[in-house]
Amino acid sequence: MAIAIPHLQDAQLQTHLAAYAAAQAAKRRAMLIGLVVLLIAVVAAGHMAEVDLGKFLANIHQLTSYLGRIFYLDNGRIVFTDIAEWFWGLRKWLVHIGDTLLIAYLGTLFGAIGAFFVCFAASANLSRNATSRFIARRILEFFRTVPELVFALIFVVAFGLGPVPGVLAIAIHTFGALGKLFSEVAENIDMKTVDGAISTGASRWQAIRYAVVPQVLSNFASYTLLRFEINVRGASVMGFVGAGGIGQELIEAVRKFYYSDVSAILLLIIATVMAIDLVTERIRHSLIARENRR
Amino acid sequence: MNPKPSFLDRDAARRNHPGLMQVSLRNRAIAIAVVSAMALVALFALLRLEFSFARLGSGLGQLATFLGLMIPPTAGGSFMAFLKALGETVAIAFLGTLLAAIFSLPLGFLAARGVIGGAVLRFLTRRFSDSVRGVDTLIWALIWINVVGLGPFAGVLAIMTSDIGSFTKLFSEAIEATDRKPSEGVVSTGGTQLHVMRFGLLPQVLPVLLSQVLYYFESNTRSATIIGIVGAGGIGLHLAEMIRTFEWDRVAFIILMVLVTVAIIDFASSRLRTLLIGSRPAGI
Repeated sequence: MAIAIPHLQDAQLQTHLAAYAAAQAAKRRAMLIGLVVLLIAVVAAGHMAEVDLGKFLANIHQLTSYLGRIFYLDNGRIVFTDIAEWFWGLRKWLVHIGDTLLIAYLGTLFGAIGAFFVCFAASANLSRNATSRFIARRILEFFRTVPELVFALIFVVAFGLGPVPGVLAIAIHTFGALGKLFSEVAENIDMKTVDGAISTGASRWQAIRYAVVPQVLSNFASYTLLRFEINVRGASVMGFVGAGGIGQELIEAVRKFYYSDVSAILLLIIATVMAIDLVTERIRHSLIARENRR
Repeated sequence: MNPKPSFLDRDAARRNHPGLMQVSLRNRAIAIAVVSAMALVALFALLRLEFSFARLGSGLGQLATFLGLMIPPTAGGSFMAFLKALGETVAIAFLGTLLAAIFSLPLGFLAARGVIGGAVLRFLTRRFSDSVRGVDTLIWALIWINVVGLGPFAGVLAIMTSDIGSFTKLFSEAIEATDRKPSEGVVSTGGTQLHVMRFGLLPQVLPVLLSQVLYYFESNTRSATIIGIVGAGGIGLHLAEMIRTFEWDRVAFIILMVLVTVAIIDFASSRLRTLLIGSRPAGI
């Protein structure tokens, strides 16, 4: 036996179909306008950025040839045939990579310590004073918006060439970036413990020490590790402006066309960044697991 | 009258609640070990990187002098040149982000588990994106300069390349986090794999992707301000030049211009985000 499926009268159906078609048409129109605006923006930006597709297509073979050339030694053989010759400067480069890691480490450490002390003033639930909160937030914003390389350029003039300006530049940028993240973490805590501590007579910093820090510490550590990963990448280019690390070697190799050195140093940087990523990811996952167990 | 109770009287607390106040020796040992290891590495780094109070002191003194010279910030007659360079910077960030998003969409699908392609393809895409991300934008700029020559176009390509790495990872994570039910529904009505992607996945991931792309546009504007340092166009060239020639009032002026631009883009992109995907948070 067939079951009758109730269905709309044709007239009723027509109005629904018409409404659907109108809604679709409106959506299409909005999308078309959006696309036209996007296209205009692309053309304008392309003009500004001197995009020349003809030149690009004419020169695109240079990318492959450049990428090919950095894998050939001076004697014309491919690098894999003579690893010792390829990584001839391994000892020197590893020292520079080590310095790069130390720059990132110190910068992250100083930045995180600074961010720790300022973040509570910038979080809405722990800072009752709107003026100091506003000031703390604007300071953090300034330090995180100015790129660290700009700080590095200025510090190189002030402190002289070498890793010191690199560390300070990374520390300042980290301070701004972590301060914001830390204050957001602090804003999401459970306030009951803070109220409890204050009700028994705790001062502001005592309440932070005994009621806030235990709640936020593992998140702070996790964000700091993430920042360390980013800073290793950042420290690898500090040498471009004379602020220490492996970047100095890399930019020299590129500028002086030491092709096989470029690929060797790049591979070392990539391997280091990947190793750091793996290690910090491990630690972060165990931190998160610990947080979830509580 | 009782004296006002102090917040934490450790001795009294330990006496009254011996069970609660016991700190496990193991945890304490671990904490001490971690902190002292970190301090030792920091000390080694300070010595190795030649930090000294004399150097920091004289540097801070210099910095104070520079800060004094920065006030008041002036363009020194090159306002229009700065403005043009800033426009170039924004154009570099815009095109770089857009191109990266376009190229990353298929790569994101390839790198996501269980959509298309096999495990081998997924592995290759992921390693590719990891390697690309391991290299800083500035290094990509150096490499692209060798291909297309000095100028902003090299900057566009540099931003694009390093963002392809990030977007591929972010997109694939967003795709993996989608609800499978719409896709199953599409399959159940006889849809092909392409239909699944278009009607099952894309409506779910597009808002997430859009908000990520807009966020990256803002952050790329900041990156684009520095790639000029190696000659890849934008305001960075002027900035580096002004710093090297100690024109501190102009340095301050350029930094202010950059800050204002970033703030405008931040505002505009958050408005655009709400306009495009509604006010609901586009979290994964």
